[in-house]
Amino acid sequence: MTYTKRLDKRKFDETRPIEAKVGVIKNADGSARFKIGNTVALAAVYGPRELYPRFMQNPEKGILRVNYNMMPFSGHGNRVRPGPNRRSKEIAMVTKNALLPVVDLSEFPNAVVDVFIELPQTDAGTRCAGICAAAMALADAGIIMKDLVSSVAVGCIDGTVVADLNYDEEAFEGIVADIPVAVLPNTGEVVLLQMDGEMSKDNMVKALELAKKVCADIYEIQKKALKEKYTVKGDKK
Amino acid sequence: MNAELRNHIIELLDKGTRLDGRSLLDYRKPVKVEYDASNSAEGSARITIGDTELIVGIKMEVSTPYPDTPDQGGLMVNTELLPLSNPEFESGPPSIEAIELSRVVDRGIRESKAIDMKKLCLIEGEKAWTVIIDICPINAAGNLFDASALGALAALKNAKFPKLGEGEVVDYSEKTDEALPLAKMPVSVTVCKIGSHFIIDPTTEEEKVIDARLTVATDEKNQLCALQKGGDYPLTIDDISKMLDIGVEKCNELRKAL
Repeated sequence: MTYTKRLDKRKFDETRPIEAKVGVIKNADGSARFKIGNTVALAAVYGPRELYPRFMQNPEKGILRVNYNMMPFSGHGNRVRPGPNRRSKEIAMVTKNALLPVVDLSEFPNAVVDVFIELPQTDAGTRCAGICAAAMALADAGIIMKDLVSSVAVGCIDGTVVADLNYDEEAFEGIVADIPVAVLPNTGEVVLLQMDGEMSKDNMVKALELAKKVCADIYEIQKKALKEKYTVKGDKK
Repeated sequence: MNAELRNHIIELLDKGTRLDGRSLLDYRKPVKVEYDASNSAEGSARITIGDTELIVGIKMEVSTPYPDTPDQGGLMVNTELLPLSNPEFESGPPSIEAIELSRVVDRGIRESKAIDMKKLCLIEGEKAWTVIIDICPINAAGNLFDASALGALAALKNAKFPKLGEGEVVDYSEKTDEALPLAKMPVSVTVCKIGSHFIIDPTTEEEKVIDARLTVATDEKNQLCALQKGGDYPLTIDDISKMLDIGVEKCNELRKAL
């Protein structure tokens, strides 16, 4: 069997509609909202600020802390019990690993930069949406970065490589592989890679190439959103 | 530092104004209610009061009724003071502030009998709906009490039962057209006392220097349905009477945003 037509009629390399906005949380030093289809991620950055307890401080450079949380009503079925769980802790860790290569906190010894990611509604691809929002929020907070981070889930459904799986595709009755990927858009390097499911090595390489291409498009959307916040009305571009 | 801020705020109040130029009994603008803030919830709303923004979402579950009320459904209110929404909020188990907020919102809805709990019963003593209200601030910039109560009511108004399959198993992939049986419209207004002045809709800075607060929840017939005094400063009966008058009047104003 082959997957010849996508459940929501998208092209194989087409993402769901994306909206990005920077500066959505006034209290935060930097913030962003990233919406892809029905998945919405909010990210807020606080810091650099003093880190307590003191034993956690690093006198050589500032540290990055990432928190990922689904709001209790954001899940597909039952209410998600509030508070951290194994899944959210792992996602926070891989998100941090994806962001660390681009941020430079050497000027902020003993300090912390906190990134909080919240999901008000979800339809698959939450860690990728969270990473896109977090990268924009870090830039908005004025953290020194050598690149943004762009992220999308790609996958393989019955031998067909597709971009940005939604919940129905993840749950599709067939052979499905889901691959969240994050890429540094200016070097093409991969900073997040996970996979679950079943697929061939050849398709895996194809999927990664697709992820790189899609992330390049997402990068443009992220840049546009950042520029929008810092463009004074009436300014020429 | 707070003593200086307090003196400054009181000096302004003596002149009939506040840090942001409002008069004492004005809400910030806009006061905005947007429905369907989260499509994965059974009902939801986004509330904006000035810079304060929060999302309230409702999930509905089928569970066993409590033994002392076998013919009634359940209600649960929970607040997550998300560290995303304010630099002073920390991750971890609910703080006492979050618990108080949840319980005051809970009482406003429960004690006004806004939801007909008997209509939530499916099989007496065995199965009934539980309505779970979760309050999530996005930007906590003061007066979460009033914003949360307004948001909880708006989300209840917005809620639709999910489909019920065989054996009373919930199918969350489909919603029915059936709305929650709402009998009353409780909202709350928190009146704060600072020095000899009464103000409403405090900002974060004002909240730090108030002496006492009184949260007044009323229904649309101006009946009181829940009260909560906050702060460690005593109030006279005369104070309370004045605060109730302000509360009742402003509840009616706030209800218009729905």
